Amino acid sequence: MTTTTLPAYDDAVATFEPVIGLETHVELGTNTKMFCGCPTDFGGEPNTRVCPVCLGLPGSLPVANKAAIEATIRIGLALNCSIATWCRFARKNYFYPDMPKNFQISQYDEPLCVDGYLDVEVDGRTVRIGIERVHLEEDTGKTLHVGGATGRIHGATESLVDYNRAGIPLVEIVTKPVPGTGALAPEVARAYVTELRDILRGLGVSDVRMEEGSLRCDVNTSLNRPGEEWGTRTETKNVNSLRSVERAVRSEIIRQASVLEAGGRIVQETRHFSEETGDTRPGRSKEEATDYRYFPEPDLVPLAPDPAWVSALKAALPEPPRVHRKRLQESWGLSDLDMQSVVNAGAVELIEQTVAAGATAAAARKWWLGELARRANESGIELSAVGATPAQVAELQTLVDGGKLNDKLARVVLEGVVAGEGDPTAVMEARGLAVVSDTGALTAAVDAAIAANADVADKVRGGNLAAAGALIGAVMKTTKGQADAKAVRELILQRLGAN
Amino acid sequence: MSDLTKLTAAEIAKRISDGDVSAEEVTRAHLDRIAAVDGKVHAFLHVDADGAIAAAREVDAKRARKETLGPLAGVPVAVKDVLTTKGVPTTAGSKILEGWRPPYDSTVVERLRDAGTVILGKTNMDEFAMGSSTEYSAYGPTNNPWDLGRIPGGSGGGSAAAIAAYEAPLAIGTDTGGSIRQPGAVTGTVGSKPTYGGTSRYGLIAFSSSLDTPGPCARTVLDAALLHEVMAGHDWRDSTSIPQPVPPVVEAARRGMTGDLTGVKLGLVTQFDAGEGAEPGVMAAFHDALAALTKLGAELVEVSAPHFQYALPAYYLIAPSECSSNLARFDGVRYGLRVGDDGNRSLEEVMSLTREAGFGPEVKRRIMLGTYALSSGYYDAYYGQAQKVRTLITQDFNQAFEQVDVLVSPTTPFVAFPFGSRTSDPYQMYLADLFTIPTNLYGGPGISVPCGLSDGLPVGFQIMAPTMADDRMYRVAAALESAVGTLTPPSLEG
Repeated sequence: MTTTTLPAYDDAVATFEPVIGLETHVELGTNTKMFCGCPTDFGGEPNTRVCPVCLGLPGSLPVANKAAIEATIRIGLALNCSIATWCRFARKNYFYPDMPKNFQISQYDEPLCVDGYLDVEVDGRTVRIGIERVHLEEDTGKTLHVGGATGRIHGATESLVDYNRAGIPLVEIVTKPVPGTGALAPEVARAYVTELRDILRGLGVSDVRMEEGSLRCDVNTSLNRPGEEWGTRTETKNVNSLRSVERAVRSEIIRQASVLEAGGRIVQETRHFSEETGDTRPGRSKEEATDYRYFPEPDLVPLAPDPAWVSALKAALPEPPRVHRKRLQESWGLSDLDMQSVVNAGAVELIEQTVAAGATAAAARKWWLGELARRANESGIELSAVGATPAQVAELQTLVDGGKLNDKLARVVLEGVVAGEGDPTAVMEARGLAVVSDTGALTAAVDAAIAANADVADKVRGGNLAAAGALIGAVMKTTKGQADAKAVRELILQRLGAN
Repeated sequence: MSDLTKLTAAEIAKRISDGDVSAEEVTRAHLDRIAAVDGKVHAFLHVDADGAIAAAREVDAKRARKETLGPLAGVPVAVKDVLTTKGVPTTAGSKILEGWRPPYDSTVVERLRDAGTVILGKTNMDEFAMGSSTEYSAYGPTNNPWDLGRIPGGSGGGSAAAIAAYEAPLAIGTDTGGSIRQPGAVTGTVGSKPTYGGTSRYGLIAFSSSLDTPGPCARTVLDAALLHEVMAGHDWRDSTSIPQPVPPVVEAARRGMTGDLTGVKLGLVTQFDAGEGAEPGVMAAFHDALAALTKLGAELVEVSAPHFQYALPAYYLIAPSECSSNLARFDGVRYGLRVGDDGNRSLEEVMSLTREAGFGPEVKRRIMLGTYALSSGYYDAYYGQAQKVRTLITQDFNQAFEQVDVLVSPTTPFVAFPFGSRTSDPYQMYLADLFTIPTNLYGGPGISVPCGLSDGLPVGFQIMAPTMADDRMYRVAAALESAVGTLTPPSLEG
């Protein structure tokens, strides 16, 4: 019998069944904050987008933003939730300096949307993710610890608080526990967040940029042996990209499995995911659970969305991403498998936009899944962050189709585009990469090649057309590859009277 | 004493409007009065003489330009220090806010300014409006102009004492469990708590959000009604503000002043006579007032409100619960007092030291009560149960108002008590609001109007009306006032 050392992950999921759950926070793209009229746009000098209300000054009162309530209801509807006919905001009480009132206005036992689901496809299989609740709350400010080495409070000489973000409407979407996905758990988690992001983008309620924090994800993971009760879960925070969602679940499965295999127990705690190391580190323990002393927010009247309004919002929902993708797949003429690879690469929208900018679907797919996907993988970044826009890719293809670039030159131009040198035409011109189509220059190069290789020229004249290859090679060499090989061949044959 | 300070607000407004006197003269007369007597009374925490003179001059300039003046233009007003005033210190009677100058006006103050009233300054109060005697002000108590050794009521003792001492003809108070009405009763002035949501809470430093209600204090019912109309009305900045027109309280007060209450049914809550009840002198004055009202044509009807007996305990769960959350923001991070920030202590230590030093004993007691009542595992038994009682009390009111137009009772069980006599036992202090609290839990309006003396000290008569029927109580109050007259405290001179 041979002993093989299984990779730790395969080992883990062979012994344990993971249960995952996801809590996603979405900053809504409303013009103004949740409870006041301050602008919500990202950036700005610290503490310039504030007023008595979002600073929680004594005497100030919140007034709920209708656009935010509408966006939350639309999200709930898109996730197949029931919309509450009557619900309330609640205060979540805890002390932290980035929270101006030392309580957060959130929702507790009466969320706006409950009990929905989202279907995601992984590995040709449809997994239904139950949605527990979708509720609305206000974001906190941001604390910056300066003077220390780590940027953490420990060792810092000063803590600065920026309240620009305080009061930005935040929607929390909580899934039900998702059991039964086995080894696919990390991919299911990623697929869920991807699908959710696409839905939110389609609804136009948020710019859903994980890197800027407008889409933030916490991942709950637990393991149990088959047939046993679900295990103790951990909550992993700081998961800031789709790729990280998958990595965080995978690494937490491996970590928990090794703890359990060694006879240890899992501590219910918050853990932080590290992009650099790809693993999770313990944060604060949740064993001594904070008592948030929730109670209904007395400063706000209950919400009672008019059923007619909710129906109208439902009727006006955009096409769900799954249906939209099915339509794209048909128009692009892709097999299920090909479409799946497009989806997995996060390229659906990029290809769609590239096609909209004038490229064929085949060409768009070739660039995004080929050269650009390779670069994204190498750098460990999302395809959308690779540095080329759909419009640039379409432009590049137009240059190829127009004979100004050959395939090899196009790759070089793309490299320049990705490096931020400008649009393809500009890069081509700046680097002098265009195919030589000036017949005069080309004829001179051909004549020079014939003169330098008289013996080869004779063979061609004698009818050995295959020998022309050597002359073409010589021309390509003198033109540094910037000649159209087909045009060169025709010119050589013409000059030698062999065609 | 200048005669100008003895005038009612209605009279002052008329004289200014007629050009008999300038707003500046009226303001200076009151500033002089404050300078003369406030050393004894201590009604004010901050006198804004410059701001007041400037506002008065603006009214005079407007009048010179023949612009239309509002019904209270040029009339001085004192504002309880719990309402924010832009650039003017606002402490809520607490050390934790010492020196804080708000960057914005409360809606009530904004409306006072828009109406051309002259804000004299900010009045003393129990810290964060928690108390019934102003003894819990971090800046020392206010003394009752009727007897400087006795309490002026609370929490708004400063506002009530200011008008009783002729330092201002009008004042703004806030009423969470009786903080306008009880001081009105023990200082012989009129104190009115409007319907919850009838006046805006924007800029009112919150004690208990679901109960706090700003309202007018005055020496006559008509003056209170005039101020009520200026300060009330829907405000989009307060979600709990009621989007309806202000009830016609001035019209109702004028109607009541004719002394005719024919057909008006007054409800006597039988349960108010049971239990601790009110002291004999208060009951005597109350029954005299009932007799006077009957003479004016009113009919007395006994009504039962079985859940009123639970109002006090329910209030002392709901109000502290909300206050424990509302007062969390006072942590020394953004404004006000900060204690112990020596560069070595942790954030939590600095927050704790600040709150330890910045809050007084009653505020701490209520924060702890509320924190406990909202805690996991206790919420249902305390906060949840209190909310159920609140619903039952509301039902009691609704059923009572099917039978009668208004409910009546003494405002407070006892007349002004000597300083220190109730501070050692919180429950004895809490009893001061026994008759006023049910109205706050229900959300309806209530008014206290003087009805006589007991042992030489004022007794207040309370009239409670259905929500948004504030006009009813003004009518009855004005009728009673026409029958028993207003009260004049002893002179503070000499």
